[in-house]
Amino acid sequence: MLKISQLHKSYPIGDSSLHVLKGIDLEVESGEMVAIMGSSGSGKSTLLNIIGILDEHDSGEYTLDNVTIKDLTEKKAAIYRNKFLGFIFQSFNLINYKTALENVALPLYYQGLSRKDRQEKAKFHLEKVGLLDWAHHLPNELSGGQKQRVAIARALAADPKLLLADEPTGALDTTTSYEIMEFLQQLNDEGKTLLIVTHEEDIAAMCKRVVRLRDGIIMEDKLVEQVRVGENV
Amino acid sequence: MFDLDLWREIFQSINKNKLRTVLSGFTVAFAVLLFTVLFGIFGGLSNTFEDSFKDDAENAIFIRSGRTTKPYKGLQAGRRIQFKNKDYDHVKTDYEENIQYSTSRLFKNVEASFQGEKNSYTLLAVNPDHQYLEKTLIKEGRFINSNDLKNKTKVVVIGRLVEEDLFVKTTALGKYVNLSGIQYKVIGIFTDDGGDDQERMIYMPISTAQQIYGSNDYIDQILVTYKPEMKIDDAISFGITLEKKLKERFSVAPNDQRAVRVFNMAEQTQGARRFSGGLYVIGLIIGFGTLIAGIVGISNIMIFIVKERTKELGIRKALGAQPKSIVSMIIIESIVITFVAGILGMLLGVGLLEWIGPLLEEKYFLKDPSISRSLVITATIIIIIAGIMAGYMPAKKASKIKPIVALRND
Repeated sequence: MLKISQLHKSYPIGDSSLHVLKGIDLEVESGEMVAIMGSSGSGKSTLLNIIGILDEHDSGEYTLDNVTIKDLTEKKAAIYRNKFLGFIFQSFNLINYKTALENVALPLYYQGLSRKDRQEKAKFHLEKVGLLDWAHHLPNELSGGQKQRVAIARALAADPKLLLADEPTGALDTTTSYEIMEFLQQLNDEGKTLLIVTHEEDIAAMCKRVVRLRDGIIMEDKLVEQVRVGENV
Repeated sequence: MFDLDLWREIFQSINKNKLRTVLSGFTVAFAVLLFTVLFGIFGGLSNTFEDSFKDDAENAIFIRSGRTTKPYKGLQAGRRIQFKNKDYDHVKTDYEENIQYSTSRLFKNVEASFQGEKNSYTLLAVNPDHQYLEKTLIKEGRFINSNDLKNKTKVVVIGRLVEEDLFVKTTALGKYVNLSGIQYKVIGIFTDDGGDDQERMIYMPISTAQQIYGSNDYIDQILVTYKPEMKIDDAISFGITLEKKLKERFSVAPNDQRAVRVFNMAEQTQGARRFSGGLYVIGLIIGFGTLIAGIVGISNIMIFIVKERTKELGIRKALGAQPKSIVSMIIIESIVITFVAGILGMLLGVGLLEWIGPLLEEKYFLKDPSISRSLVITATIIIIIAGIMAGYMPAKKASKIKPIVALRND
């Protein structure tokens, strides 16, 4: 599904540059649920952004679903993002003047689907996250947990191969966080591949594999006994 | 190109951000409003100016005579210069290549009567060309023709008001009117834009008048028009040549201003043209300046809009929006706003002109202050182009935003 080898990335800061990723090797198979952990500045978000084709790496190799990701044009990058990837953000990043349904339908619009198909698919995914009754509400009429569920529905709408979540529970209280994680676990059970960036141990424990980053290198990469939300919490 | 969904996106964005839309639209609408009103008023000024020359042919040259004021070539001052038929023929044939129409004129005051109704009028004895020179409009019948001139027929063409005065119970055409004891057949009735005085005139063949009033071949005035295709400078120099040659012909001192007087409309026209041309240029500068201010205004607002929407655009890109779709979205939004606002401003401007037009016409003598259709269309096109330009730069910039940068500023 995803293969990264000897990935480097640095950001220019004034005259010098900050070396953020110093040779990352990572392989993720289809159906995995991986937590990427690390303190702030460890490079975990940078790694996720590169995996999400939101940012470019300097050197090393990155293949996603057998496609080499390197020096893509904006257009190509847009197509891959749309086709392969679904994003879930800490701050939800819903478009505030669009209703829940319209937000979910947006990636489908960029896929070039007809309006009718978009509506149908978007409704299906909203139902899946249990928010069909809220379809015509604007984001600011929803609670934090509901917003994140709309965002998840949006990420799912385009039927991506890989779901990328950047601190998906960072802006939520514990109960809501666990609800979201339960839902993500269900998605994983259905076969979705998930990559979750977090700095919370309890969230990481709900994944199947934990990758720990420190100062731009992988310190630890191990499979863990998954804590199921529904049963234990 | 027509993509219903794209338009839906755009209208939603416009609709959901009303304040932003209204603000950017206002700038454009106001600029176009000013542009329209300004051009309307300038147009009115020009119209007023040109109108003062409308009655007579714009290319007319009047030749009059008087008494000499300076002795010249042994001839004394105070000598009266009298034009005769041969002088008219001389002008007509010698300058044939420059002359379009020509006529000689003889003025008389007459008492006219018909079946007990009586009044005094100016009789103007002329050649057939006079019709075109004076821009006489024939309402009924015909004007004097060359047969009348050759046969010295006793016919007249009377003004509309003459008919109204004298022919109270009947129509004038074909009837005989009595002028100072002689009966003349009315062969035509005319109207004239020059006002009531012009419509209280009676025209007669000049040959007839010369025979009846004095049995001579005297002429009061010669009136010609230069060929309309002549350049204005050539027309002016033609007038100067004419004056010089006529003064030589009558042995008049070259600097004698009274004996032979040539009044050339070309000189007036040139002055008028320069004046309205100047007005037009000033109007153009101010008008387009206003438009440019409007364009700069909307560019500014579009830059602001893109900045404000950075995050939204970042989200769209993360969801798979291609740069092309971002650019077209912003440009079309800009065009829609400028177009609608532009049309609105124009309608307001035209409406305002319609409304204050009569007032201006009454109080400030502005004739028909309105804006031409072609200028309206030009302005509209300029606005649309402006819309594209105003949208393009920020749109291009927006399409280059890295989604990661856009998403970072929470």
